[in-house]
Amino acid sequence: MKHFISKPFITGITLLGLLLVLAGCGLQTSPVADPKGPIALIERDLLYTAFFIMLIVVIPVYFMVFWFIWRYRAKGGSGEYKPDWHKSTIIEVFVWSIPAAIIITLGYLVWTYSYKLDPYKKIATPENTINVQVVAQDWKWLFIYPELGIASVNELAFPVDKAVSLQLTSDTVMNSFLIPALGGQIYAMAGMTSELNLQANEIGRFRGRNTQYSGDGFAMQFFDAVAMTPDEFDAWVANAKSQTRPLSTVTYDQLAQPTIGHDVEYFSWVKPGLFAEILKKYARRPETTLRRHAPVTTQPACEGDTPC
Amino acid sequence: MSTYSPKTTGSPGPTEETLDIRDLGFWLYLMTDAIIFSLLFATYVVMFQNTATGPLPIDVFDIKHVFAETMFLLFSSVTFGFASLASVREHKSQAVFWLIVTIVLGMGFISLEVIEFVGMIESGAGPQTSGFLTSFFTLVGTHGAHVSLGMIGITVMIFQILIKGLTSPVKSRLHRLGMFWHFLDIVWIGIFSIVYMPGWLI
Amino acid sequence: MLGRLGLDSLPFYSAIAFGGASITVLGGLAVFLLVTYFGKWRYFWDEWLTSLDHKRIGIMYIALAMVMLVRGFVDALMMRSQQAISLNNDGYLAPEHFDQVFSSHGTIMIFFMAMPFLTGLINIVVPQQLGARDVAFPFMNSISLWLTAAGAALVMVSLVIGKFSTAGWTGYPPYSGAEYSPGVGVDYWIWALLVSGVGSTMTGINFVVTIIKCRAPKMRLMQMPLFTWTTLCTSLLMAFAFPALTVVAAMLGLDRILGFHFFTNDSGGNMMNYANLIWIWGHPEVYILILPAFGVFSEVVATFSQKRLFGYKSLVYATAAITILSFSVWLHHFFTMGSSPNVNAVFGIATMIIAVPTGVKIFDWVFTMYKGRIIFHPAMLFTIGFLITFVLGGVSGVLLAIPPADFLMHNSTFLVAHFHNVLIPGAVFGYFAGFQYWFPKATGFKLDRAWGVRSFWFWIIGFYLAFMPLYALGFMGMSRRMERYDVAEWQPYLIVAAVGALSVLIGIFCQGMQLYVSIRDREKNRDLTGDPYNGRTLEWQTSSPPAEYNFAKIPDVQDIDAFWDMKQRGVAYAPSQNYEDIHLPRNTGIGVFLGGLGFLIGFAVTWYIWWLVALGFLGVLACLITRGSQDHTYEIIPAAEIEAHEKARIKALEAHKPAPGDFWS
Repeated sequence: MKHFISKPFITGITLLGLLLVLAGCGLQTSPVADPKGPIALIERDLLYTAFFIMLIVVIPVYFMVFWFIWRYRAKGGSGEYKPDWHKSTIIEVFVWSIPAAIIITLGYLVWTYSYKLDPYKKIATPENTINVQVVAQDWKWLFIYPELGIASVNELAFPVDKAVSLQLTSDTVMNSFLIPALGGQIYAMAGMTSELNLQANEIGRFRGRNTQYSGDGFAMQFFDAVAMTPDEFDAWVANAKSQTRPLSTVTYDQLAQPTIGHDVEYFSWVKPGLFAEILKKYARRPETTLRRHAPVTTQPACEGDTPC
Repeated sequence: MSTYSPKTTGSPGPTEETLDIRDLGFWLYLMTDAIIFSLLFATYVVMFQNTATGPLPIDVFDIKHVFAETMFLLFSSVTFGFASLASVREHKSQAVFWLIVTIVLGMGFISLEVIEFVGMIESGAGPQTSGFLTSFFTLVGTHGAHVSLGMIGITVMIFQILIKGLTSPVKSRLHRLGMFWHFLDIVWIGIFSIVYMPGWLI
Repeated sequence: MLGRLGLDSLPFYSAIAFGGASITVLGGLAVFLLVTYFGKWRYFWDEWLTSLDHKRIGIMYIALAMVMLVRGFVDALMMRSQQAISLNNDGYLAPEHFDQVFSSHGTIMIFFMAMPFLTGLINIVVPQQLGARDVAFPFMNSISLWLTAAGAALVMVSLVIGKFSTAGWTGYPPYSGAEYSPGVGVDYWIWALLVSGVGSTMTGINFVVTIIKCRAPKMRLMQMPLFTWTTLCTSLLMAFAFPALTVVAAMLGLDRILGFHFFTNDSGGNMMNYANLIWIWGHPEVYILILPAFGVFSEVVATFSQKRLFGYKSLVYATAAITILSFSVWLHHFFTMGSSPNVNAVFGIATMIIAVPTGVKIFDWVFTMYKGRIIFHPAMLFTIGFLITFVLGGVSGVLLAIPPADFLMHNSTFLVAHFHNVLIPGAVFGYFAGFQYWFPKATGFKLDRAWGVRSFWFWIIGFYLAFMPLYALGFMGMSRRMERYDVAEWQPYLIVAAVGALSVLIGIFCQGMQLYVSIRDREKNRDLTGDPYNGRTLEWQTSSPPAEYNFAKIPDVQDIDAFWDMKQRGVAYAPSQNYEDIHLPRNTGIGVFLGGLGFLIGFAVTWYIWWLVALGFLGVLACLITRGSQDHTYEIIPAAEIEAHEKARIKALEAHKPAPGDFWS
């Protein structure tokens, strides 16, 4: 057995141990392990629950592997040798039924939580929800607040403890929207809308980004999701409204040009129905009927073509 | 490497057992081809409403034309059947005759299809127009390409029969080509009932 | 005349690209000159390139796989080193270059390392395990090999002429469409896949028919060795999944070249259909890669536990269950596309169900070791390494199969860690185990043990160092495919991962040394018995390397572990009285030509050289018609020849009686 517990083995174990310690420290504060909203929290707990349930199989496997290779090693092993032993109904029953039982348990979790955590499911009443339309561009995120008539680039602000209902589309290739600390992830695709409902329970800035590779500026395509107090949010809206640049068809087309690492930007006014116009560029059919990827026409925030 | 390389003699043909194995292999090939067509069908079903700004199915399909195409192809299958029967009965000239008839019918089918395609493209309903037309041209075109390849195969088999006679390898090849030809018929029936019929009815 | 090919296609725009191109060209040139210098072209052409012998085709497959393993691993090293240094800076790779590197890494490792490796092992071993003299379609086998090689050549040529795809190994549109990726890269990718994919489909058909039709007459299906069973399942998957890849790659090609609208943003294209189609192929593909490795583990664990495989039937049923289920789970690759919860839940549960037969397999291997006498041959080390490591990959896989949990981890480095954690122990370690195990069978001499053990340790330690940090980075919100980042906490993990990649590099170096040392000492390490490990299955009955016809007499199979049973009954090497003539297919160069034409067509389409495309297709047609009109494609080995050879072998065996346990040293 000399070769088995050899030098590289010990080195490896030591390194692994160091790594685990290191990982433990960094992970505690990581956005997934330390979520800031109810959706992400349930998702994380689900992840942990499933992991611990699976340990029921994993630990015995590890135990048996190491025990067997020690006990039944050819040179010096103490286990008895039965070269023809190859069948045992009891073991067979166990090895099929225990994994099956675990998968049935996990399957139950999958079924219930797929509904509970459906990204399309609204998580609060309309009064307690703020609606945002999200447009993925090369390589930045545009957030339109239809009720407030403002827009921002690469900064998604919202009041803490209020639900955020996002409608997403893309004016470029397929993007995937994720704020790890708040949970949930959904693709943004041209000509279609998808939806994501989130909420933050703590004040703070959380990193969000596109996770679907989209070209040269992909690595820098991130934004800040900022959960603020209602007062701060009002100030944020007022600040946006005080900007000089409105988002009209012309400025939108300028914005849609590819940029890498675009700075945060605010727009004092958004052309009503702009989101629907972006969708319409890629209309597949004269009239779309698909349920979940349907382009949604939104109520314009204010009438007419002038800022309000 | 010191592989043992024995001296060899002769150059025999395949044994009956080998030919039997080839039939099973060909069946499996047909299954893989069936998967290709089924995915093209599925894509068509997903996309046939995606007409964008282009024409709708009802605007571009001419059911009479398609019916004529169908008749050509169905009868070519029948005549290939006659050729197969003739080969089983060792009637060399009959087999060649029916294969030639099959090619003529196949040419008729392909010509009609080309006329249909050219007409559509000229009227602005080419495959670049919309998702619907893209999937239509790909599905029907893939079938047409298969039929064309089949006709090349039939031509080769005519020459093999004329030169080699109805030997067992030749008969075995003809048998598999027949399977291919009938398979294309079945695919066409699928195209007729999934692509043209609903497009015409709706 | 030359389409869009021009002088600006040569890589003079970047030092790194030029370096890669130079190494490729010089490497090719060196091989060419060496072969010419030693005057071996005739030998290579007659004995290897045109060979229809399944064992030689298998060896060529594995040689291709190893070359491509090195190429794909260089890509991996480049990515790891770039990410280790690119905190708040550009590192040494521009985004566009980094994107080519990860795209070619994935493409090469899946299509041109793993696929040829497993196909090579199958080719060498399966006909022998069946007691057969050849595969069902030896000529088609040669076409498959050369089409795979043609695909690999296309990827390699993209280093020198033009650029490779930047769209990742799955090439999702609309990014991979003409509007967003106008260059030649995606076209290279499409045609490498199309050309080699046709080859894989044919391999699938070939081995399904071989296993169904060419078994030793008395061998029942439930007596086939496990590796043969997994090959049957893998071949079925190849035959039925690869057409989907052909379809989806062809559609993307039509979009790009002819302006069709399958997957475009506008005019009614539907990119979601691409995701469905590619994963209808892609998920079975995972099992195509893993099942043969499972077969290897089953053989290795029984041989080196010196014990009969535990739960043979369970293993067979589990394999079959995985095969069928693998077609029902593809949607789990895009839970985040906005499907309704019932759709996501159904596919999530279907995915998890696969964990049951997989778990059963793990237990069966573990219980095979129970009450055995375990010998730590390098093949067995890789198997044990697989057992403990793969379990982790399985766990992370089940976690990702929970749709809401997947929302957190989709497209993150957690996912990258997961599939490497499944494919490196699950597939690559299996191929390595098979390589260590069957090397003497294929070549006639054993591999050096010490270097094998070293390579194992560097590989497994490197694996843990490289991928455990990526799991953690997934928790920290790092996406895959980032060439730079601005989060300082990520960097230590990425440095550890880079150290892991270096360890794997040393592991690969040890494998190279193992080959070198073993070839150098080959006379000392000759396997004169054909049965170096006291083997259990029929491939150990033939000589090492086997005669062209494998078996002079088709073996009389009476049990699972047929050869073990024959040894027990004392009839394993019984001489026969009446040998018969054996028909074998004659060598032909048409397979090589078809591979060359496949390469030419792929290259010509990529560069829009349409006359060459037409010429290429005409060439293919000419080859097929020529071959389709040949009847006398066989040759006969006379009975007298065989008798003389077999008698000599039995005599030699008397002198080297296989002693059980002899192989241990």
